[in-house]
Amino acid sequence: MAIDYQSKIPNNVDLAQDRRLQRALEHWQPSYQAWWQEMGPEGLQDKDIYLRTAISADKDGWAHFDYVKMPDYRWGIFLAEREGERKVNFGDHAGLPAWQEVPGEYRNALRRIIVTQADTEPASVEQQRLLGQTAPSLYDLRNLCQVNVEEGRHLWAMVYLLHSYFGAEGRDEAEELLARRSGDADKPRILDAFNQPCNDWLSFFCFTMFADRDGKFQLASLAESGFDPLARTCKFMLTEEAHHMFVGDTGLERILRRSAQLTKLDPNGDARAQGGIDLPTVQKFINFWFSYCLDLFGSEISTNAADFFGAGLKGRFGEEKRFTEHTALGQHKEILQWKDGRLQPEQIDLRSAMNEVLREDYIGDCANAVRRWSNAVQAEGAAFEVKLPHERFHRRQGLYAGQSFDLEGNPISDAEFEQKRAEWLPTQEDKDYLVRIMQPVRGVGQIANWIAPPRRGINGLDFEFEYVRI
Amino acid sequence: MAHDSVSTFAVSFDTHPSRYRHWQLRVDGGVATLTLAVDIDGGLRPGYPLKLNSYDLGVDIELADAIRRLRFEHPAVRCVVVTGGVPKMFCAGANIRMLATSSHTWKVNFCKFTNETRCEIEDATANSGQRYIAACNGTAAGGGYELAEACAEIYLIDDGFSAVSLPEVPLLGVLPGTGGLTRLVDKRKVRRDIADIFCTKAEGFRLRDALKMRLVDGGFAKSKWEAGIAERAANVVQAAGGVGSEPGIELKALELTRTSSPETEVFAWPHLLLEVRTAERTATLTLQGPEGQAPETANELYKQGCHAWSLAAFRALDAALLELRFNHTNVGLILLRTQGSAAQVLAHDTALTRLRGEGDWFAREIQLFQARTLRRLDNMARSLYALIEPGSCFAGSLLEMAWAADRSYMLADPDRPNAIALHAVNQGALPTWNGMNRLAVRLLGEPKLLDAAWQLHGPVDAEQAEKAGLVTRAPDDIDWADEVRLAIEERVSFSPDALTGMEQNLRLAGPESADTKLFGRLTAWQNWIFQRPNAVGERGALTMYGNPQPPVFDWTRT
Ligand SMILES: [Fe+2]
Ligand SMILES: [Fe+2]
Repeated sequence: MAIDYQSKIPNNVDLAQDRRLQRALEHWQPSYQAWWQEMGPEGLQDKDIYLRTAISADKDGWAHFDYVKMPDYRWGIFLAEREGERKVNFGDHAGLPAWQEVPGEYRNALRRIIVTQADTEPASVEQQRLLGQTAPSLYDLRNLCQVNVEEGRHLWAMVYLLHSYFGAEGRDEAEELLARRSGDADKPRILDAFNQPCNDWLSFFCFTMFADRDGKFQLASLAESGFDPLARTCKFMLTEEAHHMFVGDTGLERILRRSAQLTKLDPNGDARAQGGIDLPTVQKFINFWFSYCLDLFGSEISTNAADFFGAGLKGRFGEEKRFTEHTALGQHKEILQWKDGRLQPEQIDLRSAMNEVLREDYIGDCANAVRRWSNAVQAEGAAFEVKLPHERFHRRQGLYAGQSFDLEGNPISDAEFEQKRAEWLPTQEDKDYLVRIMQPVRGVGQIANWIAPPRRGINGLDFEFEYVRI
Repeated sequence: MAHDSVSTFAVSFDTHPSRYRHWQLRVDGGVATLTLAVDIDGGLRPGYPLKLNSYDLGVDIELADAIRRLRFEHPAVRCVVVTGGVPKMFCAGANIRMLATSSHTWKVNFCKFTNETRCEIEDATANSGQRYIAACNGTAAGGGYELAEACAEIYLIDDGFSAVSLPEVPLLGVLPGTGGLTRLVDKRKVRRDIADIFCTKAEGFRLRDALKMRLVDGGFAKSKWEAGIAERAANVVQAAGGVGSEPGIELKALELTRTSSPETEVFAWPHLLLEVRTAERTATLTLQGPEGQAPETANELYKQGCHAWSLAAFRALDAALLELRFNHTNVGLILLRTQGSAAQVLAHDTALTRLRGEGDWFAREIQLFQARTLRRLDNMARSLYALIEPGSCFAGSLLEMAWAADRSYMLADPDRPNAIALHAVNQGALPTWNGMNRLAVRLLGEPKLLDAAWQLHGPVDAEQAEKAGLVTRAPDDIDWADEVRLAIEERVSFSPDALTGMEQNLRLAGPESADTKLFGRLTAWQNWIFQRPNAVGERGALTMYGNPQPPVFDWTRT
């Protein structure tokens, strides 16, 4: 099949001249389209949606707004512009010119890094597939579609790397990315959080808040990579990721504000009686998703993390700007190990603790948002503080996976945890309740009762705008 | 077993399914399932958590025990499914930290034992009608895949994640030394260039590619996994004519009595005495011949169970060899002796041979066990001298010990009769590693002597034995003491490394088999690599594994 590359696939990688890439995409593009039809947002494929499309990587072209039907969305391939002669900035090769081709010795490691990141992009589309049916407003429905088409574009970006730099193996991996399915018993997505169902909008906002934020930190640490095409790809993806986190952050804030209002409104302080979501239920969903997303960073002590850093493949968050020392040798990080029934501090060499270093930065970022939410809730007159659970709470990966901890990180017995489970984590009843109240709202300028309207609309427009032509 | 002398800690090979920490053995009709769920904190020595279903010697001792018990205690089993009991990981192979913190001697002995255990799996499949199938319900990496290779069939779960791999070369700078390379090209007959790709790709291959490369024999999606494996196991049983009716015998723990004097540590098992003289760096193994009559019928043999001499004596020999390997590493020379009635040994060999010929499973298993124990003797990295003296019973199965030895000395004293005797078992039932019998290997260049030897019926005296090429030297009573003493003293003065290398090269003449390649080539190269700075130097790959810095290699190639 012939593709008019320039118009169909906006790019800044000279696709029209790249026969290897063309050949790979000719094969992959139809599979991608089929996947999108099958797994993209249900019931919205023929709708005109006010979407942002990246048509070039410069500051005028990356945010082009117009109505578009999602299957016609122009999934492009963009890398941040090359900045002169970039160097490897950290690890054992610091100071050498950054690699423009994959170094043979790191081929497998790089492919694994890229495939793992790439797998999350289609996974989240699959997880969010049915949410369009219950959107609380056209504005939110449009945001859902925006996030989804961009996750699709992120998949393209990663597949570009696989196709361009990893030969036949890369093409196979690209096919596999379309073959796995979130939550499938036989072909699940690679990471656990991306196999969790995301069937209500509270979960969606938690997901974009916490899982997309994991994406931000992963992408940022890969944007430091000594493998230049990966670094530049990730840098550009970060610009789009910011909007996804905005959707989650403000979405949760709007739910919390509305919940506080309804709590106040109800004579018994019962937000549910007013058709809203009570504040403790929101907290439970935060506990669930935050703890799942902490697992995404990998084990606290990791030889892979050390290898990736040493090799110059994956740096710390803000490696170049925030740090002056870039070998991470001869330094240690204290990590509390759960051993012999108690927490014991242990000095872990810094490289092996890189997952934990990144996770700490992530937790700090999340904590900022939570503080703002608490202020917003309290500004509505509710005496409620939103909190992040402790990083040891409810973990299934890493050092704390085998032991139960409470919300403050204190060790407790499994029995105690089970006793508290319904208080700390969403129950089936909570989920059923959300499904019940989440009825679609599709009038221009209208909004569901359980969430506050946004303070402003998209691209300088009002909230009252026909973001989706239903 | 308490141990308080030479080495700081002693290894015990005595275990029982009720005491397993890492394996679970379940028997259900004709199918047995061996499930590996390694206890992370259950390492034999402290200092290395057994993460990701990785193993150390302790884990493998349980496996060896289970394989043996399946043959003797559950002979009706026709299919043994080996599978994993932790999520996503069938088995990650030998624990790297354990290897990195082990002495060279330990590594070598550990690898040898695990190799022998995998050969026992193949022996059970080939000769005991127990077909092993590997059900890799998670990633099989390194030694994990090698364990699967020892099975007759390999199945891999199709979950988009699990893979088979041999990451030793790219990741650790060593070899898959538990038969991994050998079985790949020799047993599975994977083309060498395909094998080359496999062995250098650390993360390995998932089902689709693994099937194409013939690294596995099949696979099932996650949701069809349990049913798929169960069906395959049922088919194996059916193809073998259904679940057997053999009742099995109990392998009771071996009784061991220990005494020690300042010069000698003595281990006494039923029918076997091991005397270790640490200062001299020698040990004597004295095997007692049978006292009672040979069993007449299968039922009689069955009633004797694990106390039947043919089994009990060789179980003791097996235990003594392992005791020497792991707990007495400075013993360089083992003197092999026997005591008892040669006629009785022959009578027992005859009984076993006849009953086995009549289809008795127990007689078959005993002979197979004798053969394996003798091969363990072949594999000893110690010098072996057989001392054949009046009152000894080097006949039939026990004569194999003399032929396994590097030299044999037979006393020629006209006043004290001293004889050896051959038996039909010498001609085939007790083959060495290359599949030939030891006498044929021994007389490779003298086919006429070999033919003549098979015609020797009845006792063969020292002079005759020397002439027939059956023993090394036959000194008379005047020379005996001095000749033997000098041979011993000379032997223990040589470089132990050179001796090990020399003996291993001289012991196995004749054609190669997959097993001889495994022990003679793969293991030898592995042991070389294990000594090299590129593996174990300050910045060697094995040393640096798990450290924050990459290894540094000396790039010189020989
Ligand atoms: Fe993304
Ligand atoms: Fe995203």
